Amino acid sequence: MTATAGPVAPSRPGGSGAPAAALGALVAKQFSFWYGEKQALYGIDLEMRSRSITALIGPSGCGKSTFLRSINRMHDLLPGTRHEGQILLDEADIYRSELDPTSLRRRVGMVFQRWNCFPKSIYDNVAYGPSINASLPRHEMDWIVESSLRRAALWDEVKDRLRQSALGLSGGQQQRLCIARTLANDPEVLLLDEPASALDPIATQKIEELLYELKRELTVVIVTHNLQQAARASDYTAFFYMGRLIEAGPTERMFTAPREERTNSYITGRFG
Amino acid sequence: MTHAAVPSERAGSPLDRPVLPSGAEPARGARRLGVRIQGAVIGDRVYSTAITLFALCVPVLMILIALEIFIAGWPALRQFGFSFLTSSAWDPVNGAFGAAPAIYGTLVSSAIALAISTPLAIGVAIFLSEFAPQWLRQPVAFLVDLLAAVPSVVYGLWGIFVLIPILRTAVMPFLRDTLHLGVLPFFSGPAYGPSMLAAGLILSVMVLPYISSVSREVLLAVPRSQREAALALGATKWETIWGAVLPYAKSGIIGGVILGLGRALGETMAVTMLIGNRPQISASLFAPGYTMASLIANEFSEASGDLHLSALMAVGFVLFVITLIVNAVARWLVWQVSRGSAGKSA
Ligand SMILES: Nc1ncnc2c1ncn2[C@@H]1O[C@H](COP(=O)(O)OP(=O)(O)OP(=O)(O)O)[C@@H](O)[C@H]1O
Ligand SMILES: [Mg+2]
Repeated sequence: MTATAGPVAPSRPGGSGAPAAALGALVAKQFSFWYGEKQALYGIDLEMRSRSITALIGPSGCGKSTFLRSINRMHDLLPGTRHEGQILLDEADIYRSELDPTSLRRRVGMVFQRWNCFPKSIYDNVAYGPSINASLPRHEMDWIVESSLRRAALWDEVKDRLRQSALGLSGGQQQRLCIARTLANDPEVLLLDEPASALDPIATQKIEELLYELKRELTVVIVTHNLQQAARASDYTAFFYMGRLIEAGPTERMFTAPREERTNSYITGRFG
Repeated sequence: MTHAAVPSERAGSPLDRPVLPSGAEPARGARRLGVRIQGAVIGDRVYSTAITLFALCVPVLMILIALEIFIAGWPALRQFGFSFLTSSAWDPVNGAFGAAPAIYGTLVSSAIALAISTPLAIGVAIFLSEFAPQWLRQPVAFLVDLLAAVPSVVYGLWGIFVLIPILRTAVMPFLRDTLHLGVLPFFSGPAYGPSMLAAGLILSVMVLPYISSVSREVLLAVPRSQREAALALGATKWETIWGAVLPYAKSGIIGGVILGLGRALGETMAVTMLIGNRPQISASLFAPGYTMASLIANEFSEASGDLHLSALMAVGFVLFVITLIVNAVARWLVWQVSRGSAGKSA
């Protein structure tokens, strides 16, 4: 279940090569996490392959968000938290001391449940990530903004109103703008915490189609409460329960032939 | 439904009389419901009318006060016309009244106060809301807020006995001679002590708590999701504050600054004690000046003649109008906040 050691690809893979060797492969090894005295995760071992979508499912409070946020070190600023074990990104521990968390967060982008666009123009939202890193010439920034919006399947809807406030967009559009904003950093991993739970079915479907496109080049990890969504849209599924990883595997197998009784009762809706 | 309606009936209330048309014979429950709704509607009307009247009292009172001051100031305004605002001759003995020095002094001393206290107050607010360790936040915030509770006359006293000597012997010579800023008109001339600079400085201290506590509230109200958005995009803590938190809070902070400005414009006692009370317009901040509020406070009790009194009233009216404009701008900004930045994103 753990990744096979392989050479780190020298550049962004362009569509060839085995998924395991592509950039952005994530492996958690005996990862435990504490909020102060309260332990939220117990020895998680999980591989999240690149160029595939891994869905994290489980009842409320089981630690899905905690695990997801551990992957880009969003807990760093929360006093009193600590962890044990490792999370490896391309074979290297993301918690190693010489790694700057801000550079990690550029490689591991995160999209939140509730879209949180800045009260700025659509253009400035997308440009935010690249602009805090380097002062790019105008045409380069234009290019980044356009290509990120295209990748997020939003370009055609907003290309005539790039200078208008992002808050004027619909919820689904704002969520895709948040994805575009994350993509502008050109990350290797995209983490999404219930990205569609506040959206209507059509907007949800758009996000799912988008993720399907994005997984060609990214490692996608998505937390969802919607089991149909997990079954539909993911390649691998991991079932969390009370801070532990109960079972993980290919989505189809997880939903047709779960090995654990608790997984079975959760996906058949008997609890959760 | 019938069952539920019975205990909630307010027996004997005149509003509970049936109001349904007699032709209709609805079921008992529905009829009672109709009665209750009618009663509630009438109750609502009475209530809302009363509340509206209360609410109307405030603007009516304000208009009455403004009108009263305006009428009292009208003789002076009529006699001097527009030159009341532009003339710098304030000479009660010869019956010449021009409010320009006082208007100038009010605006300049307030501008100095804001120029000094705005960056300071925002810095304090950022420190208290983002950087200070938890145990330090409450005590420091309390002390800063306490600045607003110190009586104005105490500030004045402190200004006379501590601030002015320091200004006269150290700060003014330093600015003028050591830094050679004396070549600029703002820092030239003799250092008396009582001056526009002294008034502006004391005002900046008095205004600081207003700006900083509003800013702190606004910064704390910036949703966590906004900070997380910036952090998750690879921003450092400082970049998050600068690029996401402050822009989000911008309008609210401006509102706080304008609240402080309103306070500075009207402040009377401390300024009167420190500004030197001389009706002149001088470019130098070391020179004494006058403000509208201190002019009124100084001359009201010994106003010589009706025209003098009327001129003071007219000054009061001008101050009133300026303060009103400032507050209107503040309102507009707060409205911008609730509509724009703080709007949809959770
Ligand atoms: N900031 C925090 N401080 C202390 N405990 C926390 C904090 N955040 C989460 N927890 C606790 O950690 C556990 C896991 O929470 P987490 O948010 O990861 O659950 P979740 O699986 O994402 O739930 P949901 O599906 O409701 O979002 C819960 O028991 C929760 O109460
Ligand atoms: Mg969660």
